[in-house]
Amino acid sequence: MAWQWFHRLGSPRWFYEKSSRWLVWFAPLTLVLMVVGISWGLGFAPIDSKQGNSYRIIFIHMPAAALALAGYYIMAIAGAVGLIWKMKLPFMVMKSAAPIGAALTVLTLATGSLWGHPTWGTFWEWDARNIFMLVLLFLYAGIVVLAEVYPSRDAADKACAILALVGTINVPIIYKSVDWWYSLHQPASIKLTGGSSIHPSMLYPLLLCILAYYCFYTLALILYTRREILVRESRTKWVAELAQAKFSQSQNASGGAP
Amino acid sequence: MHPARKQRLLIVIAIVVFSSIAAGLLVYALRQNINLFYPPKAFSADEVPRGVRLRAGGCVSPGSVVRSEESLQVTFTLVDPEGSLKVNYDGILPDLFAEGEAAVVNGLWQEDDIFYADQVLAKHDENYMPPEVAEAMNNGEKHEATCGEMTYGS
Repeated sequence: MAWQWFHRLGSPRWFYEKSSRWLVWFAPLTLVLMVVGISWGLGFAPIDSKQGNSYRIIFIHMPAAALALAGYYIMAIAGAVGLIWKMKLPFMVMKSAAPIGAALTVLTLATGSLWGHPTWGTFWEWDARNIFMLVLLFLYAGIVVLAEVYPSRDAADKACAILALVGTINVPIIYKSVDWWYSLHQPASIKLTGGSSIHPSMLYPLLLCILAYYCFYTLALILYTRREILVRESRTKWVAELAQAKFSQSQNASGGAP
Repeated sequence: MHPARKQRLLIVIAIVVFSSIAAGLLVYALRQNINLFYPPKAFSADEVPRGVRLRAGGCVSPGSVVRSEESLQVTFTLVDPEGSLKVNYDGILPDLFAEGEAAVVNGLWQEDDIFYADQVLAKHDENYMPPEVAEAMNNGEKHEATCGEMTYGS
């Protein structure tokens, strides 16, 4: 009885219909946060005393890295829930999270490279954090590929979930790599406990960018999951009805003008 | 919770725990190789092989940077609280290379106790502040480079 709400949450149809209503306000909110956060960071935050303007790439780089890591947990947890409760929706979320995470990891590596050249003096260095970030990209890419290679969807979901779970240890390794080993990366500037070593005039736009990236991630995950729901449920009655309704809607729109 | 689900939950936990232990042991065994560079104290203690390509990293000791008059030749000393290392480099230094800042050098440590670098990387710190704030913190005086508060983690 107590788990009933949880099982309803696992219904693809329930999620599809609810998320249609969320998107109406969530998509514009994300766009506004993104525009304000990025333009504040890139255009209006003060320059850094040592790095000058080149530090500004932090507003793109650091939130992308944070979401690439957080997104991995979201993917792994969705996979675990799918394995334990054998529900459909968590597996769809897991599969949808993989390409988004991979894209964010690529963005992190690319912007890190652009930041590394003017500051460190190199585009790439076999630094612990760089190496494990590359491993994260391979994990994401592995899951994207694994989801497609199995003829059976159940087998693909299970294999992806297990790979996602095996890779979870990589996330804390990336996060703590700068403290555990001699590294070219600097230690964290924002600390959960104690003060930040980044001036408030730069910290606020950075926090706003992080929030914007979280919203963007959520938005992308919802959109990808909705697509995955339609693909996997394409033989069900409610999707057929939905398609029928959309079809007649477009017929009416185009049929209005003779 | 349903017994079958509880059992699957235990399997999931076991996958995470055992794969983490395996990865943890692997990374622990490779810890010397994952370190990007040797600190100056390892050179002072003579723990570093000579004539082998490797990296060294530390704080550029203030006042130690000597540039040649007619070439790009530059010498400086990397220090940490327990050691120091003389570095010789022929090339262009990165913009952020400065006294009192950390640097990582790639090259060979030779018998004459000098590290001959063919690449110098600047390692910037985790502090970000506008120039006015940095100036105010030094009471308007010129920033005095020190290596005192430098930490490297690990």
